[in-house]
Amino acid sequence: MTPLAARRSGRALPWGSWLVHALLLLAVGVIGFPLYFAFVISTQDLAEVVQRPPRLLPSGHLVANYIEAWRKSGMGALLFNSFVVALAVAVGKITISMLSAFAVVYFHFRGRTLVFWLIFVTLMLPIPVRILPTYEVIGNLGWLNSYAGLTVPLMASATATFLFRQFYLTIPNELAEAAQLDGAGPLRFLWSFLMPLSWANVAALFVVLFIYGWNEYFWPLLITTTQDMRTVIIGLELLIPRSGTELPTWNLIMAGAMMALLPPVVVIIVMQRWFVKGLIETEK
Amino acid sequence: MKRTVFPNRWLPYLLVLPQVAVTLVFFFWPAGQSLYLSLFKSPPFGGRDVFVGLDNFRALLTNRDYYDSVVNSFVFAFSVTALSVAGGLVVAALANQKIRGLGFYRTALLWPYGIAPAVAGIIFLFIFHPAYGIVPYVMAFVTTYEFNWLLKGWVAMVLIVVATAWTHVGYNIAFFLAGLQAIPESVMEAASVDGAGPVRKFTAIVVPLISPITFYLIVVNLVFAFFNAFGVIHAVTKGGPGNATEIMVFKLWQDGFIGLNLGSSAAQSVILMAVVILLTMLQFKIAEKKVTY
Repeated sequence: MTPLAARRSGRALPWGSWLVHALLLLAVGVIGFPLYFAFVISTQDLAEVVQRPPRLLPSGHLVANYIEAWRKSGMGALLFNSFVVALAVAVGKITISMLSAFAVVYFHFRGRTLVFWLIFVTLMLPIPVRILPTYEVIGNLGWLNSYAGLTVPLMASATATFLFRQFYLTIPNELAEAAQLDGAGPLRFLWSFLMPLSWANVAALFVVLFIYGWNEYFWPLLITTTQDMRTVIIGLELLIPRSGTELPTWNLIMAGAMMALLPPVVVIIVMQRWFVKGLIETEK
Repeated sequence: MKRTVFPNRWLPYLLVLPQVAVTLVFFFWPAGQSLYLSLFKSPPFGGRDVFVGLDNFRALLTNRDYYDSVVNSFVFAFSVTALSVAGGLVVAALANQKIRGLGFYRTALLWPYGIAPAVAGIIFLFIFHPAYGIVPYVMAFVTTYEFNWLLKGWVAMVLIVVATAWTHVGYNIAFFLAGLQAIPESVMEAASVDGAGPVRKFTAIVVPLISPITFYLIVVNLVFAFFNAFGVIHAVTKGGPGNATEIMVFKLWQDGFIGLNLGSSAAQSVILMAVVILLTMLQFKIAEKKVTY
């Protein structure tokens, strides 16, 4: 800070920063309220849930509700499937993208430009524009209701490929020259030289892609028809009665929602630095 | 700059093979099929597809329901974008002051991004619940208007817009914060010396300087709202009441997978393809111009 700026901020009104804090805490409260409300409902019994005026304090039924919601929705299998899908999508996308970016940057081969364009154009082909035929492909492969069907089609990634390409281009040429002088082949170079340098990118991408895989809705809804292959985001619907004769157990629905949203939210909070880096760099 | 390359004939092909295979099998072939199918009509009880030219498109463009879904898509996408980009900018500008605890605030504002829009929708479904929800309860003190999303289309739209914007505002805050922190200290100091107050500094300096990021975020948010809104609508409103929240992606799924009208569904896919190509090109045009301070 220059002396001038220091003098100015020293003269700033004392309530200025308090006002900023107050407004920011208000924003935190507004953004946090829906989750707080969902949590509160998940700890109440049905009588408290329908109470007027709404009861905004937690009650003592947390454990009972979560056990009941877990049992009723088969939460164990749902969470397991979501973990498998999110991990497989994140690891698969990163691996595939790293390999193709490596090929594009460190080799000259016929069709390099074509490969680059093929990958680029996938950006313009989100699931909805190819939904029926992709479903048919999965059916023909016999991949309906399978982890392969849930994950492999999501593994192509233009953004991750571009991110790795961008990163490899910033690595000085001398590194590859030195590796070649040492007699290291391309795979050795990728594994022992590039990989150790890429960890920050890998971590950042991993967080973003894990969240993406966990929260994917359209694809698992189509590909899975049996409850045992559902992911938690779509399996949750099972807790919501559609018949009208059944009493909606909102406390259990909220308990289920809490369990579905906790893993990705915890990942963001714990890996916040990587997450922000990943978000901002994948969009460049 | 000339880059060092490895002399190897077949290895590069092996390296790009997984990506290219997934791309061809699950992206290009199906997208081509969408284009192809959009020109055919399949008889409902099996049999050979009949070539109908552009009939599927003509039928869509003169169809009132389809027109409604296009309007709903735009209303939804622009509302979500306006709410989450404007909200994100205001909050990020506040958080960018010289105050303590920036790390805390950033985390405390960012975490909803981890929540799937569908799950957010289920939470807001209860918040808006006509009988038990807190929003209708509070509204009842203000007005006698029945704030019931099961009956009023626009209330249902507000529900899904708010739920979707809630999950996405943190993303915008993160981008705006990165942009704001890149504005050189000296610029702001110069403005202070010239006697500019905080509001004047914001409108005269901050807004123009981060306008590339703002445009960029607007496009990204539009794409997000256009294509990732399926979950919240499927989980909460099912397009209703009536077809008040039926957006293009949802209608396409409903016509294809429930109605089994494959030709029309494929034609809707092709129209969406045009939309996404347009938006992506816009995104790259803006990204090219994006100023890095």
